[in-house]
Amino acid sequence: MSDTPREPRSGEPPATRSSAILAPGYTFTTLTDKLASIVLSRRTPKAWFFGAAVGFALTMVLLGALGYLLVKGIGIWGVNEPVGWGFEIVNFVWWIGIGHAGTLISAILLLLRQPWRSSINRFAEAMTIFAVACASLYPAFHTGRPWLDYWLLPYPNTMGMWPNFRSPLIWDVFAVSTYATVSLLFWYVGMIPDLATLRDRAKKLWARLLYGTLAMGWRGSARHWHRYETASLLLAGLATPLVVSVHTVVSFDFAAGIVPGWHATIFPPYFVAGAIYAGFAMVLTLAIPLRKMYGLEDFITLKHLDNMAKILLATGLIVGYGYMVEAFMAFYSGNPYERFMMWNRMHGPYKNMYWVLLFCNLVAPQALWFRQVRRSIPALFCMAMIVNVGMWLERYVIVVVSLSRDFLPSSWGMYKGTIFDWATFIGSIGLFIALLFLFIRLLPMISIFEMRAILPEAKVREAEE
Amino acid sequence: MSGAALYGLMAEFEDPTALVEAARAAREAGFTRLDAYSPFPIEAMAEALDIHDRKLPAVVLSGGLFGGLAAYALCYWCSVIDYPLNVGGKPFHSAPAFIVPTFETTILFAALAAVFGMLALNGLPMPYHPVFNAPRFALASRDRFFLCIEAKDPKFDHDETWAFLTKLGPRVVMDVEE
Repeated sequence: MSDTPREPRSGEPPATRSSAILAPGYTFTTLTDKLASIVLSRRTPKAWFFGAAVGFALTMVLLGALGYLLVKGIGIWGVNEPVGWGFEIVNFVWWIGIGHAGTLISAILLLLRQPWRSSINRFAEAMTIFAVACASLYPAFHTGRPWLDYWLLPYPNTMGMWPNFRSPLIWDVFAVSTYATVSLLFWYVGMIPDLATLRDRAKKLWARLLYGTLAMGWRGSARHWHRYETASLLLAGLATPLVVSVHTVVSFDFAAGIVPGWHATIFPPYFVAGAIYAGFAMVLTLAIPLRKMYGLEDFITLKHLDNMAKILLATGLIVGYGYMVEAFMAFYSGNPYERFMMWNRMHGPYKNMYWVLLFCNLVAPQALWFRQVRRSIPALFCMAMIVNVGMWLERYVIVVVSLSRDFLPSSWGMYKGTIFDWATFIGSIGLFIALLFLFIRLLPMISIFEMRAILPEAKVREAEE
Repeated sequence: MSGAALYGLMAEFEDPTALVEAARAAREAGFTRLDAYSPFPIEAMAEALDIHDRKLPAVVLSGGLFGGLAAYALCYWCSVIDYPLNVGGKPFHSAPAFIVPTFETTILFAALAAVFGMLALNGLPMPYHPVFNAPRFALASRDRFFLCIEAKDPKFDHDETWAFLTKLGPRVVMDVEE
């Protein structure tokens, strides 16, 4: 608890820092100033301009692709009979899954009282919101007439019709819109005290106006904190079953169908595990460059990366179990269509995707058993990228391979994404990057008040007892 | 003090332990209208200031119950009464299928109740509050801890309260104008 701020990232041997969740030597003052300066006063790093430029350029690709789609209709995509769900559903499930790690970190790890979550929860939550935003683009445009998407909502209308509440697709509307709303609220509420910090530290008029408005007059009163903490805990308790339900409902889109390869009871837990798996891979993909770009190695330490790698390994094993059960049940069911589906995955026209997916999601992550891999930043980043690709392939195999060859050979057909499918997909990655870069420039990407609370000097010493 | 009415007296402390002890001492001295300000939540503060607020959980529970009941009622009314539609021979009242919208809406309304209930009970958004007139109060969101005794407190007397706060060992004591 020395008052002299240690020069961050001076050449200390890594051994003393590798197990800490915060580098030593920080005080309330230095911590606040360092984290607030990222937004308020520090020169924006060159890498930021580069990343934002890439993000915005790709967002233009997205706008172009969607604009052309609105003019021509969804015929410009590769979807047709028999594969009516192509890239659009693959990408929807991929993005939604990525979002799940944010909620897991902010809600489940809060309930489990894991203090290491404090430095990664904020940008993981932002990642959730942006991922859900990208995800919801797909079903919205896949309807073909996105300007009529409000028909999905139950509202009194002159047609005298109501949605069919027995359909998993309507469940999806409820699950995803609730998920988006609750994630946004959770994220914003978590930011209020930090917005107050920025308001009090800002010198420029626009910054004081912006953060002052968003902070809503937060003053750190003990009575307010008390209710704030209650609200945070309750929100975490609500978000936990919600996050499990969202990917469960997404899996119902498939499991409630009769197509071989979809109609399986393992789907809900296997999808939820896959979502967390994909999400942690994405958190690592973002955390590793971010900590480098802004010099946040003191806050996002090797311990954080190590913990996330362990979660990646654990959820990866659950997903691997899912693959094995799928294959086993297809064989054990004795159902010729189920057996053929599995044979087709392994040996059919899309077999390469299946084997690459198994390599990415099942074989490669086994390297994370080794501490050297978990503590090596380049290795971890590669691993995260492999899992990102693997999880996209998993959804491709589930959606496309199952549909392309169902019960009747005369109705079989091949699917291939067109250039517009790819442009929309790559464009949505651009939208995600653009939103993320705006976020790290304008809002505190690390929760300042939660970081203060884990400093040693934040402990109240009981003198009289 | 220049003409403006006095909101209270504020003492500034350097660490959370000092603030908790000061709050305890002030309550023991009989002050009732006081509040503490800190840059992060301090669990011991609730006990030191005797904060017993159990309204929020009740608000959240009511929000959740309302959302759940309303969603189930909506599903039932649409699917059974107003627009009975035979879908694959499933019963009009398909209770298991209604669970999903009911569950999601329960969560949605409970979460909305938690957020807006917390803001409303805290009286936020609040564009103006007198404590911000204290010259060093901006540090309450950075690294300092403040205890404010309001002038409305029945035991409040400017000079005596000033002396009392000084005794608690703060960095500084200051007037807060309305």
